[in-house]
Amino acid sequence: MADPHITVRGVTKVFVAQDSKVHALGPLDLDLARGEFFSVVGPSGCGKTTLLDILAGLAAPSEGTVVFNGKALTGSVPDGIGVVFQQDATFAWLTVWENVAFGLRRQGREAAEIKRRVDHAVAFMGLAPFANAYPAQLSGGMKQRVCIARTLVLEPEVLLLDEPFGALDQQTRLLMGDELLRLWRDTGATIVLITHALDEAAMLSDRIGLMSARPGRFIDIVTTDWPRERDSRIVSDIRFGSITGRLWTQLREESLAAIGAARGP
Amino acid sequence: MISTRFDSLLLAAAFIVVWQLLHLAVGADVVSSPAATLTRAAALLQNPNFWIDARSTGGAFAVASLIGIVGGVGLGLALGLRRFAGDVADPILNTVYSIPKITLYPIILLIFGLSLSAKITFGVIHGIFPIAIFTMNAVRNVAPVYRRTALALRLSPFATVTTVLAPAALPEIMSGIRVGIAVTLLGTLIAELFASSSGIGSALIRATEFHTVVDIFALTLLLFLFAALINAGVHRLERWVRHDG
Repeated sequence: MADPHITVRGVTKVFVAQDSKVHALGPLDLDLARGEFFSVVGPSGCGKTTLLDILAGLAAPSEGTVVFNGKALTGSVPDGIGVVFQQDATFAWLTVWENVAFGLRRQGREAAEIKRRVDHAVAFMGLAPFANAYPAQLSGGMKQRVCIARTLVLEPEVLLLDEPFGALDQQTRLLMGDELLRLWRDTGATIVLITHALDEAAMLSDRIGLMSARPGRFIDIVTTDWPRERDSRIVSDIRFGSITGRLWTQLREESLAAIGAARGP
Repeated sequence: MISTRFDSLLLAAAFIVVWQLLHLAVGADVVSSPAATLTRAAALLQNPNFWIDARSTGGAFAVASLIGIVGGVGLGLALGLRRFAGDVADPILNTVYSIPKITLYPIILLIFGLSLSAKITFGVIHGIFPIAIFTMNAVRNVAPVYRRTALALRLSPFATVTTVLAPAALPEIMSGIRVGIAVTLLGTLIAELFASSSGIGSALIRATEFHTVVDIFALTLLLFLFAALINAGVHRLERWVRHDG
């Protein structure tokens, strides 16, 4: 791949406790193209979130390197990378508008610029009618929109999403997927989505990385070949079933292996 | 809202009825009637001597509350942000909180004598520990995703504490302050009841010595209303910082 946006080389993660070591991840190699939508699926506990933390700079790998825009990550989140977590991370003491404005205010931007960018992000995520509401007054899906808007307003080149729709019902997830695809097309951002939902990964992604049971490694990379202009109706495409089928056949083996390892001999 | 107000009025009416029945059952020498108590309370509010006592209690209570809040929140924040220090301090704080503070009063009297300082100190040692414990737990219980969000937004450690962790912990800290203020008033009054020459507690003791039952009930009623007013004010503030719709 020429000029990859993010390059992962030989990345491993080993967690060291007092008298034991847990090999959680790797070794992993991956190239992400600029503007690509890449999803990561794998059995529970395979290290998906650990991988996201390393890609974000929230955690350092035990071995290997992550290069973003030609520079190696050095243990902190670089400018240009935005992260949305699975859990509700809205600030309960701020209104929707203030939540979205939070990062820009911390950057010390001009008030007029903050207003322009926040108004746009709030409207883009369909939050304008709730701009003055507090998170406690919103549904789970709306709260995740706020978190996405708060990240989006900082105009990240790379958006890392850790199961952002995990707590939502199926219909809301599909609709949020459509929103995410629209956001991806309009911003041109590179997106990495961690998910346990195969249909979500198959619907949204250009490529899907399937991870093995712990220690997580990529055992298959599935290319979907979907057109850039797509939405949730792609689930009725005849190739959709073959993609999820291919993923599930391998994921089933890995999940059984993970359960077997957890049960012991 | 209407239902809540109706329930409150119903409760107050039931309380007055039970009070009146108790008065009729045991006599005015033991329980003064609600009407006589209210009349005496109104007269006390016109009496300059009452306001001298009220100022004495109110001043000691206000200073004790301020010291308790500043000290308790400061101590709780320091312990909550340092996990090891918090683990060490947690059982000590809870033990000190649970011992009857009256056992410490002779020591406080030895140090401060019959002074305003003794009342304030006794109020502070009642209030500071619950506020410190609530604050420490509030900081320790802040959702981990907030810390991760602060890192993802590239906040400095100072900005993380002031703009994320402190506001996230504030509702629980306010609960601690509400409890702390209530027991600070208790401590201040106990100090006045046991050894003081001024204040509402001291006036209560004088009324007891002269067996002026209506004064005892009127002072108790005014204290109850004052405590309820303070509690309602802090509770409203607590609800406001929660933003729970």
